[in-house]
Amino acid sequence: MFRLAKPLSLSVLLLLSACDVQEQQLRIYDFGTPVSEQIYANWDIDIGPDGAGLPAGSGSAQSGEEAYISRCAYCHGEFGEGLGRFPELVGTPEDLIGESPTKNVGSYWPYATTLWDYINRAMPFGNAQSLSADEVYGITAYILSLNNIIAEDKVLDAKTLPQVIMPNREGFIQASGSDIQAKICMKNCVKEVVITSRASESQASSSAKEKEKEIGNYHR
Amino acid sequence: MSRHNKKNEPSRRGFIRNSLIGGFAALVGRSASAKTDAIAPLSVPSWSKELGSGTVNEPYGKPSVFEKHVVRRFLPWMFPTRQAAASFTPLQDFHGIITPNGLFFERHHAGVPKIDPAEHKLVIHGMVDKPLMFTVDDLKRFPCVNRVHFIECAGNGVLEQRSAQLNLLQFTHGLISSAEWTGVPLKLLLNEAGVRKGAKWLLAEGADAAGLARSFPLDKALDDALVVYAQNGEMLRAEQGYPMRLLLPGWEGIANVKWLRRIEVGERPWEMREETATYTDLLPSGKARQYTFIQEAKSVITTPCPEYPVLNKGQQVIRGLAWSGEGKVKRVDVSFDGGRNWQQARLTGPQLDKSLTRFEIDWFWNGQEALLQSRVVDETGYVQPSLKELRALRGVNSMYHNNSIQTWLLHPSGEVENVQIG
Repeated sequence: MFRLAKPLSLSVLLLLSACDVQEQQLRIYDFGTPVSEQIYANWDIDIGPDGAGLPAGSGSAQSGEEAYISRCAYCHGEFGEGLGRFPELVGTPEDLIGESPTKNVGSYWPYATTLWDYINRAMPFGNAQSLSADEVYGITAYILSLNNIIAEDKVLDAKTLPQVIMPNREGFIQASGSDIQAKICMKNCVKEVVITSRASESQASSSAKEKEKEIGNYHR
Repeated sequence: MSRHNKKNEPSRRGFIRNSLIGGFAALVGRSASAKTDAIAPLSVPSWSKELGSGTVNEPYGKPSVFEKHVVRRFLPWMFPTRQAAASFTPLQDFHGIITPNGLFFERHHAGVPKIDPAEHKLVIHGMVDKPLMFTVDDLKRFPCVNRVHFIECAGNGVLEQRSAQLNLLQFTHGLISSAEWTGVPLKLLLNEAGVRKGAKWLLAEGADAAGLARSFPLDKALDDALVVYAQNGEMLRAEQGYPMRLLLPGWEGIANVKWLRRIEVGERPWEMREETATYTDLLPSGKARQYTFIQEAKSVITTPCPEYPVLNKGQQVIRGLAWSGEGKVKRVDVSFDGGRNWQQARLTGPQLDKSLTRFEIDWFWNGQEALLQSRVVDETGYVQPSLKELRALRGVNSMYHNNSIQTWLLHPSGEVENVQIG
């Protein structure tokens, strides 16, 4: 038994050090497999804001209308108004100001390339990556046309799509560090404490009541 | 024995009548009334006489059948479908700093894919010398790290920004969970591929039907980013990205891309939908803050909470959770008068980097109405802001990164209500 003790503790030490590479110098392990572009081409679908990655093909609002109506309208509405809790697609930057701002393609999205990328990678919801490049160009054009950002007959392709200037292109501030600096106070920190809202009086709590009944069921 | 003195008992009837959460009230009501009953002599229960179940009765063990109320929950009216939705972890029943894997909060954009690990690959390409493909088994061969970190959805507290909405801790704060993660430092994998000069940003993409993709700066990749394959000693749960996910410690949940299949190295961000149209913080001016990655310091009192009211007047142990996406929790202060005066709480258990941290404070409750709050300070000196301070800067429509101080109104009945103070 005693003879075993030393090798055992050594192997434990080795295991521990293998799991702490924080300060370790980087070494090449060569455990990956080198691959060429053709191997991952079907996965390399991202489109940059400069249009990098856009494939051949084209479409206009006119050519894309049919695909939009049959593949998109059942969630987003015929006019991009959004059905149920699915997102609306149409608006202007004025929608961002006021009590209840709405964020949509026309009011908020800074790049038209993002629209192409997202439709191509994730839409239609539940049947992703099923649209042809022409269909994605056409649906993108249809949505931009609903927003009066491009004309109905404007043809979008890898060259023209990145040139579309979105209304809210300048609407974003790059965050750099915290925007808030609170202070520590321990005594007499506030003069008056007023309750401004209560969950018992909220809209959400009344709509949550049904759910909470269900929660109750866990206990019965 | 004062705890059996009925005069000290808050009105249970009032609480049960007024509560929105009939189920919890019934549960707590039962235990409260049991306390007031005369104590019967202890009998010898059946489980002390009969054999229990044998080993491997459950090849993969489950919690006690008496813990069935401890589950993730979601709000059906909050999302269009269950596939593009979030579920909340039951913080009211959470102990310690590690979330059980089955209770980890969920946020999916196109459902949970059922990925065969034998078919899954991670490709690293773009501005690298040698594009590489890794299988799960390849990753497991690399030197690994084990780290405890929380993941918090940027939208944790989204419904509470304008006014107090939901009267349950699970829904006000339950989009955060924590695990011990095992994986490979991303810098090791990037080193294998050889990052080219001029590279500044990376794109991480998931293999789900959302193809969820997010840009993040190379600095984070070379700092503490991991590609993880295990949580709490077992392979990742499908809901958490099985068989591999990106972990960007302390950064908003969405950036910790699940079902990670591809990392592209480039010069600038890709401006994906989930970093432009969503997960950007709209200000009253109409401008929006973008790439607000860090989950800044936040805390909440978890005992008591709306789900678990205070049962007796007198001595209490107030307990809660604190965390920071920028480092360790340094201290937590607690107020019982809505922020007029504060007392320092004690930190219990480990204080780890970008990790949940427990705090406690003893308090004698005189049975009067009280406003309970907690405030965390992290090791960078950042102080958790009040809702008023946060609103003054960001308005009420920024949606994400609501890390403000939570106020619980403790009613004389013992029930706890989510309120906001001006």
